[in-house]
Amino acid sequence: MSKIHVTTTVNGDPVEFLADPRETLLDALRNHLDLTGTKEGCGTGDCGACSVTVDGTLVCSCLMLAAEANGKRVETIEGMAGEELHPLQRKFIEHAALQCGFCTPGILVAAKALLERNPDPTDTEIRYWLAGNLCRCTGYDKIIRAVQDAAAEMRGAA
Amino acid sequence: MRYHTPTSFADASAIAAGAKGTLRFLAGGTDVLVQMRAGMVQPDDLIDLKQIPGVDRIERAPDGGWRIGVAVPGIVLGAHEALVRDWPGVVEGMNLVGSTQVQGRATLAGNLCNGSPAADSVPGMVAAGAVVTVTGPKGSRDLPVEQVPTGPGRTSLARGEVISAITLPPRGKNGGDAYLRFIPRTEMDIAVVGCAVNLRLEGDRIVEARVALGAVAPTVILSEAAAKAIIGTTLDDSALEALAKAAEGEAKPISDKRGTKEFRIEVAGVLARRAAKIAYDRAKGLKA
Repeated sequence: MSKIHVTTTVNGDPVEFLADPRETLLDALRNHLDLTGTKEGCGTGDCGACSVTVDGTLVCSCLMLAAEANGKRVETIEGMAGEELHPLQRKFIEHAALQCGFCTPGILVAAKALLERNPDPTDTEIRYWLAGNLCRCTGYDKIIRAVQDAAAEMRGAA
Repeated sequence: MRYHTPTSFADASAIAAGAKGTLRFLAGGTDVLVQMRAGMVQPDDLIDLKQIPGVDRIERAPDGGWRIGVAVPGIVLGAHEALVRDWPGVVEGMNLVGSTQVQGRATLAGNLCNGSPAADSVPGMVAAGAVVTVTGPKGSRDLPVEQVPTGPGRTSLARGEVISAITLPPRGKNGGDAYLRFIPRTEMDIAVVGCAVNLRLEGDRIVEARVALGAVAPTVILSEAAAKAIIGTTLDDSALEALAKAAEGEAKPISDKRGTKEFRIEVAGVLARRAAKIAYDRAKGLKA
């Protein structure tokens, strides 16, 4: 089976790899690029653990072929912190908005995408936006509080 | 599996017509990739339509309608203010599909061609009178949306045919549409029943109406009886009662884990009433 040469940008870095035509973007990130922060939960677009943005749009990387990322701009959890943690990451720690942490990268990526579109969301807007990110440990209250606190800090800093 | 990226629908159709084994078209991929992973479908040829110019665009047609590219995802439809103003019911149906992440990929054309009787975007398109352009080996033809699905997972498209655009008619004055579905939770679920109503008023009176029901038969139902029940009325209580009865009469559901036959029939009537009221208010300019 012939491989497909994929050239893309991940977290600002140009990368290229050879993908099996059936390979998902999720598998390519984890297996070719060693970016294992993006998790596989269900593999069928239900849980959101594999959330990344592609050209700025939040998607499940398990529902996209690696070949479809050719020429696109991909952002993963590994690109979220700079020298310091992103406010969302810091607030998730402060509020203990995680237990096992498996869903956390996807939720952080999704929450960041929300706050870029809507810097001052209501609790309901956060819950609907994150409805496709399942957490089986914490319940969701601490997650919502952490997102609200980060949003408030980011509004203040702007 | 061969992964194709044609740059025209004519090329996409030619590849499809020449393919010998299992074939799938790829738009948003939110159904196809799940089916591939589950082993339900192992395509020999996968034709990605997203390299074709224009598939990501929403354009105003010369007659005032809308031409929607086959790869436009739900999130883009929802953010298009002029389209939402004209056809809020079509857009709210599509926006109920899946999560935010799924909305970033999933398309009207994919939701239609996946052939689910419960597809949330389909009743709204049918009620609106949407038409798909189908490109095949012999050229293009236009087809009303309700003629595309023929049963669960099946469509009327022949080998080598592919949907190349979706067209919504001009909204015109004093019109409104709405889509409602019932699910036992508030998000991330599949319709137990869905209902879309599209109508036009002269004064307070309904002069045109189309009513579509989802998830109560093997395919979407365009109900003439339900439309007749409200045409000529001001959507008063007796018209709403007649509409509910007509919708119940058209529903031919099965019982499954999401709902019993009896429950679905009753809910079809309830949703028809409620969707008609919203569409009526929108036509009056009372509601967004």
